[in-house]
Amino acid sequence: MKHLLGLSDVSAAEIRQILDLTAEMKTLIKRDNKKDSRLIGKSVVNLFYENSTRTRLSFELAGKYLGADVANIAASSSSVSKGESLIDTVKTIDAMRADVIVMRHQNSGAAKIVSENVAASVINAGDGMNEHPTQALLDMFTILESKGRIEGLKVAIVGDIAHSRVARSNIYGLTKMGASVSLAAPATLIPTGIEKLAQLPGSCAVYTDVEEALVGADVVMGLRIQRERLKAALFPSLGEYAKCFGINDGRLRLAKPDAILLHPAPMNRGVEITTSVADGAQSLIESQVTNGVAVRMAVLEMLAG
Amino acid sequence: MSILIKNGRVIDPANGIDEVSDILIEGSTIKEVGKSLSAAAAQIIDASGLVVMPGLVDMHVHLRDPGQEHKEDIVTGTRAAVCGGVTSVVCMPNTSPVVDNKTVVEYIINKAAREGYCNVFPAGTITRGLAGGELAPIAGLKAAGAVAISDDGMPVKNSNVMRRAMEYAKNFDMLMICHSEDLELVNGGVMNEGEISTRLGLRGNPTVAESIAVARDCALAEYTGARVHITHISCAESVEVIRAAKTRGVNVTADTAPHYFSLTDAAVLGWNTNAKMNPPLRTADDVAAIIEGLRDGTIDAIATDHAPHHIDEKNVEFDLAMNGIIGLETSLSLGLTHLVRTGKLTLPQLVEKMSANPSRILGINRGTLAVGAAADVAIVDIEAKRMVDVANFKSKSKNSPFDGAELFGEVRNTIVAGKIVV
Repeated sequence: MKHLLGLSDVSAAEIRQILDLTAEMKTLIKRDNKKDSRLIGKSVVNLFYENSTRTRLSFELAGKYLGADVANIAASSSSVSKGESLIDTVKTIDAMRADVIVMRHQNSGAAKIVSENVAASVINAGDGMNEHPTQALLDMFTILESKGRIEGLKVAIVGDIAHSRVARSNIYGLTKMGASVSLAAPATLIPTGIEKLAQLPGSCAVYTDVEEALVGADVVMGLRIQRERLKAALFPSLGEYAKCFGINDGRLRLAKPDAILLHPAPMNRGVEITTSVADGAQSLIESQVTNGVAVRMAVLEMLAG
Repeated sequence: MSILIKNGRVIDPANGIDEVSDILIEGSTIKEVGKSLSAAAAQIIDASGLVVMPGLVDMHVHLRDPGQEHKEDIVTGTRAAVCGGVTSVVCMPNTSPVVDNKTVVEYIINKAAREGYCNVFPAGTITRGLAGGELAPIAGLKAAGAVAISDDGMPVKNSNVMRRAMEYAKNFDMLMICHSEDLELVNGGVMNEGEISTRLGLRGNPTVAESIAVARDCALAEYTGARVHITHISCAESVEVIRAAKTRGVNVTADTAPHYFSLTDAAVLGWNTNAKMNPPLRTADDVAAIIEGLRDGTIDAIATDHAPHHIDEKNVEFDLAMNGIIGLETSLSLGLTHLVRTGKLTLPQLVEKMSANPSRILGINRGTLAVGAAADVAIVDIEAKRMVDVANFKSKSKNSPFDGAELFGEVRNTIVAGKIVV
């Protein structure tokens, strides 16, 4: 693999390979001395055009744990603010002999443009509403760790599907691994034809009634609801959203008794998810964060090792 | 100076002619059409096996001159036109400055007459500065030589302004060309709303954003009785709205662009900015409806919406890329390949939609090979197959989604006002 731009163009075998390597990385970061030497002499540049706390830090620590040199660029404090184009910016980074460029950008397809203009490997850390492949990989790793398998599981994804790159990457990845996906949101937050992203026809279903989607689920994943969607007339209020679509204790009970709860964070407590669910026994939200570092170590190792 | 075109298949839809014949041009007009013509001292063009048609009339072109000459100018744009068999273009007024006063109209007409390769008919704006508020000086624009008015790309949002513009334009028998689109419904969409936009994570522009505005403009045309032409329609619903309006006898005409009958939104996959235009490429069902609209006469004309952009304006994130593609050097070939060879239109029907009909809508007295008409002629090998290579285009810009496509039709000669320019 040269780049990781999205799970739409990664095979099930490659996903398995990444998840296997993630398990190895996880044992490494559980050690007292987390420093490894396999990426010594390699350079990783985090180029973030959007704000990020956990993804950027997760990539930074992943690179450092493996011994790589990691540099961070925030677009707001770079030449981008002087009007430099994306292609010129990444060519500059490339000319400094970066081995890996980790990029987050507000426009869908941006990571692909970058990959076509640099010699370095490119990891998409989120491009517009397109994909966020390492988030889906860490979600799948968390599921695998807890359930022992992905194939045959029912995963319900609830929230702003329309604007979510996490949803898209998970639909591609989970259906490739043999899971079925149920999407639930108000009709205004479900984009046309989203079910057709599934690897197998019929393995992704759309619901406008959240409770129907949750029945019998093995995994429940909440997605962030942004306040700015109110201005676009997509739903009337955060309160009404919480009442009709939020994940609460009663709704979680519709899933299987041993269902696990995931959320990519940051969360809006009291909107898409209640605090009692987020902090409850079924929640693996903190494990997701730990697994995120391990997944990114695995991906860096695969591309640059 | 005279030119004798021998033994070509002469197609002149305005006069119902489709037969092997000769054409004699003297000076800037057509002198004679008939069999076995001969003329002393004439330059002879052997058109055996070729089609001789009226020079094409493209009623929707952006020449970008004045003000955006890094994309195109009157010289390069008209040169591209004649290479595509086009001898008359209507140039859209969203230049810099915009064509909302007679000085800019005169600049375009004078520069085209001095340096251009083909006839250039400017369109003026509907509103001052394309701002959608006060009316542009429509009578003054017409007196200076503008043949139509259009706020292309910046559709007039206020329906009352549109109503008054139509009433006033009617007063001066000025054609109004509508880019019909409800920008609130477009809502920042950058491609057709559908499965592909979902897949690419791009904001969708729904077909209803177009058809609702087409319906408004048809209703206003019906109410005011103005001459209204809806340009570059792209979707099934718009075809249906116009068909219904025409059935009621509304004075409305319409065109579509070659890309709306040759491509679908699947061309955008991979975030291809050369497949980004407005209105956007639609689905296969829409393509079928557009073709049916061309067949049954709902759509009168084919116009390119030739929209040159510099590579720096296209080689960027899809959301940031400019809208539009160039079309002058591929339009006839796309019609031949996707309409005539597929049996959807006859060759005379295609020629009519690319010459006689737009000429009639515009009232510019072109698009025919009748005796006494301006000697604007295209001589075309319709059987020749070619690989499109944008590197060979005469346009200053190269933003075409058809680069590398295999198309039929090669323009052998183009004659403008009795002068061989290609």
